[in-house]
Amino acid sequence: MFKGGVKLIDFKSLSKNEEIEEFKYPEKVIIPLIQHTGSPAKPVVKKGDYVLEGQVIGEITGFISSYIHSSISGKVIEIAPWDLPTGRKSLSVIIESDGERKSIEKVKRDWLNLKSEEIINIVKESGIVGLGGAAFPTHVKLTIPEGKRVDFILINGCECEPFLTCDYRVLKEYTEEVIEGIQIICKATNVKKAFIGIEHNKIDLLPQLERSIRNLKISIEIEIKILPAKYPQGSEKHLIKSILNREVPSGGLPIDVNCIVFNVQTTLAIKRAVCDGIPLTERVLTCSGLVKNPKNLKVKIGTLISDILNFCGAELKHGRKIIVGGPMMGIQLFKEDVPVIKGTTGILLLPEEKLPKRIQPCIRCGKCLDVCPMFLLPSEIGKYVELERFDKVENLNVFDCIECGCCAYICPSKRPLVDFIKCAKFKLRKK
Amino acid sequence: MIISIIVVGCLGLFFGIFLTIIYSKFKTEENPFFSKIYSLLPKANCGGCGFAGCNDFAENLIDGKTTPERCVMLNEESIIEVCNLLGIKNERRERNIARICCYGGDNAKKKFEYTSFRTCSAVNAIFETNLECPYGCIGFGDCIRICPVNAISLNEKNIPEINEEICIGCGKCIEICPKKIIKLIPSNKKVYVACSSKDKGAVVVKICQSGCIGCGKCSKSCPQNAIKIEDNLAIIDYEKCNNCGKCVEECPRKIIFISKISILA
Repeated sequence: MFKGGVKLIDFKSLSKNEEIEEFKYPEKVIIPLIQHTGSPAKPVVKKGDYVLEGQVIGEITGFISSYIHSSISGKVIEIAPWDLPTGRKSLSVIIESDGERKSIEKVKRDWLNLKSEEIINIVKESGIVGLGGAAFPTHVKLTIPEGKRVDFILINGCECEPFLTCDYRVLKEYTEEVIEGIQIICKATNVKKAFIGIEHNKIDLLPQLERSIRNLKISIEIEIKILPAKYPQGSEKHLIKSILNREVPSGGLPIDVNCIVFNVQTTLAIKRAVCDGIPLTERVLTCSGLVKNPKNLKVKIGTLISDILNFCGAELKHGRKIIVGGPMMGIQLFKEDVPVIKGTTGILLLPEEKLPKRIQPCIRCGKCLDVCPMFLLPSEIGKYVELERFDKVENLNVFDCIECGCCAYICPSKRPLVDFIKCAKFKLRKK
Repeated sequence: MIISIIVVGCLGLFFGIFLTIIYSKFKTEENPFFSKIYSLLPKANCGGCGFAGCNDFAENLIDGKTTPERCVMLNEESIIEVCNLLGIKNERRERNIARICCYGGDNAKKKFEYTSFRTCSAVNAIFETNLECPYGCIGFGDCIRICPVNAISLNEKNIPEINEEICIGCGKCIEICPKKIIKLIPSNKKVYVACSSKDKGAVVVKICQSGCIGCGKCSKSCPQNAIKIEDNLAIIDYEKCNNCGKCVEECPRKIIFISKISILA
């Protein structure tokens, strides 16, 4: 159990019992070439080319990078910059569907006979990135650097953000596949023990999970940990702290405490890539909030968010805002015709909150210091950034901030503390 | 009454004598140049020279660590005088003026309304920009706050404007601007292009009323052949430009400006 964090009303009952529904085959997809952390992919198709579902359209450009695949079959109509849900722009491949759903040949493999390098290579070529939101390329995580060892694999099924239920539904409906994915990861990294961390509000999954971990194909041990429902339980650093009671050092990675963390959906994607030869072209996301029919949808990467909102019966009017991601870490959308990318965990329609016109002063209540799960001083950082004294921020460890948003949530003055920290990070990185 | 006058008077006398003795004993020799040079400097402490104020600059001048040209506020005569005092040769210096190469402001389409921490660097760090145009001026005034001589102000269209008469060309605004749209241009050149967009013309027309579309009219009309189009943006070669102002008339987007002030140093 970690210190800090906040308890939130989870609103998960809105979409918790909705089965994963396949979203209609899109007529047009916009596939950005930056969907992951790291260097952008290089386009390998031209305008006018015909592409199949699952065909590579963007090639890897460095060690920390990822392949991009077409999610539908059809013609490339343009390669142009397009807005991302994150507010930035990226070169994107725009594909128009021919409606035939032609796919590349799917190679069925028996993973028991594959070597570790082969599995990692398949993961790399399938363009799998962390589907929990940060979209860190998975093959990089699986490649254990020399001199390091891994004791445990952690599967992150916490989903601590309110409203989101996609990981819960995946665990419920694709239990067997997820468990198989865990075994594949264990084989690739040669680890004997894995943990699945789920929050207390998903305790109904327990019997089902326990049943499916009884007969495993290889001799590993999988343990299920029920963790208290507290935000940000799903942050990998806090998951490690809660399950293993190990603390990732400042500026370090989970590998420094001998474990690796994978999201539930990433595990599913690994299983599908390795066993069925399906590259990452779709993901499950939650569309919830003030929409008429909250749903868990299986969506092709590159589908327009406006189509999904229409499908779920969202009424856009004044005083409502669209959030991409969870309500705590998500970003408000400024226009609806942006695509779903690999890191999109949810689309939420929420009432717009009235913010004070000017930034209110800090009243030094110290609440942000109590809730910060990384033990930083958000109030101090905010104060100095507001005065543009970046030299003073240098030794306040801003780079440890996980941008969970607890401080801004709890602040009675409604100070945009996360924005201050983001600004400080940017300024200090440039130096 | 009398007693107090005597006591205070005696004390005054005592301290007077004491201080005189101390002063004559511990007198520090001032560099004979220093006060002369310091009196010639502008004493604005703007920091444009890179030193901590005029005092520090004068000390460094005497030590030979810098040259009088570094001070952007010194006029020609004072420079010659300072050079004579220091016994060094005077090198001619060109005065520069900062120009804001964007005329977006309210003319540019907003992508969304930004409500958080209102500085340009914060917008740049969080969203890169709040405009549709990725190159344009964010307009929250980082340059206005950093300017040591208050030469920059927001005009009625929310575009920062530089007062050429006041600008000393120190370059501080250029350093702080996250979009890098402020440029130092020799002050005897009066024409500049107020746009930094490298997008294609068709894109620019949609998102900004005053963006360069790279049509090339200016480059064709220029009698000196000083303008060329690079990355859909008109760029003036200041070695060739002779301030004729033809391009200003020709520009269909009205974004090439000519300074109204006739005589510049």
